[in-house]
Amino acid sequence: MQAETIRPLKFGLHRFAAPPEFYRVAGQLIPWFAVAAALLAAFGLYLGFFVAPTDFQQGEVYRIIFIHVPTAWMAMFIYIVMAFWAGFGMAFNTRMSSMWACAMAPTGALMAFLALCTGALWGRPAWGTYWSWDARMTSTLILFFLYVGFIALHGAIDDPRKADRAAGVLALVGVVNVPIIYFSVQWWNSLHQGASISLTRAPTMAITMLEAMFVMMGAFWMYSIAASLARARAILLERESRSSWVQAMVS
Amino acid sequence: MHWGSWHDFWAMGGSGWFVWGAYGLVALALATEMLLIRVRVKRARETVRRTSTWLNRGSE
Repeated sequence: MQAETIRPLKFGLHRFAAPPEFYRVAGQLIPWFAVAAALLAAFGLYLGFFVAPTDFQQGEVYRIIFIHVPTAWMAMFIYIVMAFWAGFGMAFNTRMSSMWACAMAPTGALMAFLALCTGALWGRPAWGTYWSWDARMTSTLILFFLYVGFIALHGAIDDPRKADRAAGVLALVGVVNVPIIYFSVQWWNSLHQGASISLTRAPTMAITMLEAMFVMMGAFWMYSIAASLARARAILLERESRSSWVQAMVS
Repeated sequence: MHWGSWHDFWAMGGSGWFVWGAYGLVALALATEMLLIRVRVKRARETVRRTSTWLNRGSE
């Protein structure tokens, strides 16, 4: 069978956009991303718990940062990528890009949810409250609702291409929320602390803390790619179950 | 290495519940997502197989 032979990988979007090619290449890539995620997570957790020092202000509880910041960044980043592919799918009528958007949405929603939950568990010991209707937290909650809205709206429309367009509009409108989240700590008085890393200032964290955070960021990055690719393959099979290439694969 | 003992490590300077609660939640959530994706792929494959028999029956 043609689909089983291993050919050299070529990263051209036009190739990746052909469903059979995407299915095959994604299937080959997923294990690599998954292994990279596991290795980075193991190394990041080692750095975070055994190398990074105790924080002089917050003690040990700050160690939540190694999962809180990566999940929060992924939630914002996945949203932008998802909206990009949803918009691309609408503009150029490419079904594969809309499927990628759908594949990313649940992982993005999960990242937003985890950012909120880990933030709550950090907020309680650090500020004395699990939740406050503060700009950063409220806008992140809206991000979570945007993901949920995207998934729900897509699911509510039977025709997949119409669903792609309707959900795509929602995704694009929602992009405005991402810079609001990012700059919320500057624009409003916020309970939430400012950015720990900035291009213009020296980091406000010990270097080993920063290293642990970046390694964990890499782990979440790899995990999100693996999860999205795996889900995209499932969506592809669901939508194209009657097409000849899918049928040829099972027979 | 700054933990005197395993007890110290799990206690996290008194914030064990918060730290391990956060990490536990993330681990649980990611494990659940991986499981759900696996189930979804499996279901999709079954649907393809069912469609395949249905299509072949139609052509005979």
